[in-house]
Amino acid sequence: MTAHDISLSRRNLLKGAGALVIGMSLPQAGRAQSGAAQVFKPGGAASFAPNAFVRIAADDTVTVLVKHIEFGQGPFTGLATLVAEELDADWAQMRAEHAVSDPKLYANLAFGIQGTGGSTAIANSWEQMRKAGATARAMLVQAAAEAWKVPAAEIGVEKGVLKHASGKQGRFGEFAEAASKLQAPAEVKLKDPAQFRLIGKDGATPRLDSLGKSTGKAQFTIDIHTPEMLTVVVARPPRFGGKVTSFDASEAKKIKGVVDVKQIPSGVAVYATGTWPALKGREALKVTWDENGAEKRGSRELFAEYRKLARTEGTIAGKHGDAEAVLAKAEKVIEAEYAFPYLAHAPMEPLDGYLEWNAQGALARLGSQLQTVDHMTIAKILDLGPEKVTVETVLGGGSFGRRAQPTSELAAELAQVAKAIGPNRPVKLVRTREDDLSGGYYRPLFLHRLRGAVKDGKITAWSASLVGQSFLKGSPFEAMIKDGIDPVMVEGANELPYEIADFRCDLHTVDVGVPTLWWRSVGHTHTGYAVECFIDQLLQAAGQDPVAGRLALMGKQQRLANVLKAVADLAKWNGPGPVDGRARGVGVVESFGSYVAQIAEVSLGEGGEPKVHKVWCAVDCGVAVNPDIIRAQMEGGIGFGLGHALYGELTLDQGRPVQGNFDSYRSLRINEMPEVEIRIVPSTEKPTGVGEPGVPPIGPAVANALARLGRERPLSLPMVGGTV
Amino acid sequence: MAHTITVNGTRHSVDVDDDTPLLWVLRDNLQLTGTKFGCGVAQCGACTVYMDGQPLRSCSMPVSAIGEAKITTIEALAGKEAEAVQAAWVKHDVPQCGYCQSGQVMSAIALLKEIRKPSDRDIDLAMNGNLCRCATYVRIRAAIHDAARTLEG
Repeated sequence: MTAHDISLSRRNLLKGAGALVIGMSLPQAGRAQSGAAQVFKPGGAASFAPNAFVRIAADDTVTVLVKHIEFGQGPFTGLATLVAEELDADWAQMRAEHAVSDPKLYANLAFGIQGTGGSTAIANSWEQMRKAGATARAMLVQAAAEAWKVPAAEIGVEKGVLKHASGKQGRFGEFAEAASKLQAPAEVKLKDPAQFRLIGKDGATPRLDSLGKSTGKAQFTIDIHTPEMLTVVVARPPRFGGKVTSFDASEAKKIKGVVDVKQIPSGVAVYATGTWPALKGREALKVTWDENGAEKRGSRELFAEYRKLARTEGTIAGKHGDAEAVLAKAEKVIEAEYAFPYLAHAPMEPLDGYLEWNAQGALARLGSQLQTVDHMTIAKILDLGPEKVTVETVLGGGSFGRRAQPTSELAAELAQVAKAIGPNRPVKLVRTREDDLSGGYYRPLFLHRLRGAVKDGKITAWSASLVGQSFLKGSPFEAMIKDGIDPVMVEGANELPYEIADFRCDLHTVDVGVPTLWWRSVGHTHTGYAVECFIDQLLQAAGQDPVAGRLALMGKQQRLANVLKAVADLAKWNGPGPVDGRARGVGVVESFGSYVAQIAEVSLGEGGEPKVHKVWCAVDCGVAVNPDIIRAQMEGGIGFGLGHALYGELTLDQGRPVQGNFDSYRSLRINEMPEVEIRIVPSTEKPTGVGEPGVPPIGPAVANALARLGRERPLSLPMVGGTV
Repeated sequence: MAHTITVNGTRHSVDVDDDTPLLWVLRDNLQLTGTKFGCGVAQCGACTVYMDGQPLRSCSMPVSAIGEAKITTIEALAGKEAEAVQAAWVKHDVPQCGYCQSGQVMSAIALLKEIRKPSDRDIDLAMNGNLCRCATYVRIRAAIHDAARTLEG
């Protein structure tokens, strides 16, 4: 299966899942349209709205209504770039804001519902947003043609100015009102890429959100403040699956500022006039928990069970040839068992949400990543028709997957606290860092058992057994599971980019009462590490160079081979070393249709901790729409991946989360960030995403460098201070 | 009880418990929301403000301990260091999600007031109390060096 097929099948599966979501909870999907035009507040008096995505105001600003959440990966700038390119706008006149929730108008074309994930924002908007811009341009040109009484074909547009050879010229704002009275053309012609003057041009499209985010003016959910608003915190069970038996709120209610205490399905909610009284109220609350149905196993017990399971036959997820037969006859079988802990996303802004409602309707404002699912959940809990509910997406202070919830747990809790206190009492639900880290929805704990054989300098067999949890099972996305295989558990492991004659991969799916979730780059967070460490180990056993050895096995993987060649060239690769105490390791992973190769230069620092000095990175993500955002995502992906490979671990002790804050959930700091050098490999393929693909290669690149410094490739993550 | 504190040059009287962290007074009572909550235990730096010009983690400072000290938040930044740092932040497109960046900017300005031309080591020491989960560290470093060059003239 090629990478293209993989992304295609993911798309189809998600589409199926999307239809399922709507079919289940939204009998009248069409009626949920909240009418973006009504919600929009134009910058000037007259405003031209040629479609659901573009607004041009009399003051000449062009606002792109962005259907994807902006939490750092750059869709505000990216989607505005696509519109501005075809509109021939001046970048200075471009603005972006979130579109309100609408499952049809603002569907992610890869999902079938509104949502962001799988690094799809640019990929699914590529034609849609350019058409939106081209349509607006055609209508402005037509309006100018009528005003100037010249043929439309004679009018050119350059940097936001309409021009005619007669010397007549005008800006978009002047024609906004006239254009708004025209019919949109049925067909528009898109530019030839040779004509692009924004897409792919370095420096042409600085981020639209940098100023607000550098001055404290950017508004996040936690910053929402309305009159009469109550701030709410929830006491949740110490173990997953626990329930409230009883509670005593008498002390809590004595705290100045505490307004009320209510039981809700996820725990006990404390309502107060501000955050501090709410937290003090929760502290004073006495709750008795029923833990009969709670998960009581710890990480240690789970790993022990997983290691046993990995030695039994699982469900086949990929196979060709007969790996077991080759391994049985092999002189020497090389084995490795990689253990991956639970990981928290820990976005800098812990999850939160704002909601006001009464019988007429509800307005929710939150950093929603699956708007349609959140929208329907809120409507259902408040017993309102979806058409009466407005969900406004707010800038998210990070997500890394945490805000994309098939279960809508945040929106559900938000609606429940609003419902419990009753109508006309606006609420802001906030969570602390401790709530965040101990709240579950982790990257699942995983175990990979790998066995391989090498003969005459060649890798002859590869067998992998994976053990872990499925977070799609039992979720609205369950339709993605086919023949007992959850594809996001095995992606990257059940099809290798390397040609090995005899191969098998099987999977054990374990039920554990710990809520888990996709985490930036999903299955590749563990499969990338296991595969790239093990191939390196086998190549080393075969006496081959990490770069040349990989390339020799990448027969049909042209784009993957190209990024590996590019990164080797960038790093002036001359073998892994070590040289002067520094060794180099390689990692190369395709994920979400993008190809990324990294080389890490590593030494052993204080106390034997790995010190990563520099990372070289090559990426092929198709047409590079915003080169600097691609670089930023590679830099950030490397830092995020490295921080967790080195230090990240969410341990359960008898079912209770151990790490409560950043003092114990260690996160990469500036002194631990390596220098990064990036090459974007030119491509004319359709653009693919960059939010996630920078993450998977860095862990194995560091591990493979350690193997050249006299260390074993770490079999258990994190590399530093792991407790299990 | 009522506490009177000076924030951004203005005297404010707030009626809150003594143990209320300055962070929540700024955010909930004064609606100065540029200062962010990230951890509540002085581990992440998102809540950084100045107390008499020195960086302070406002999440861990009770309002009752402020006394006559002058508090400055990101909303009231002024001066050539602030201008240079914020301009460099925009020029390098430092922010991703942006949530930690108020604190990063506050720490960076304080560093440049202290050390005109910081080395990488100086930057590590001054900035390693400010977490960024998006890992924008490469650009934070570049922007600080750039701002230092601007200030050099």
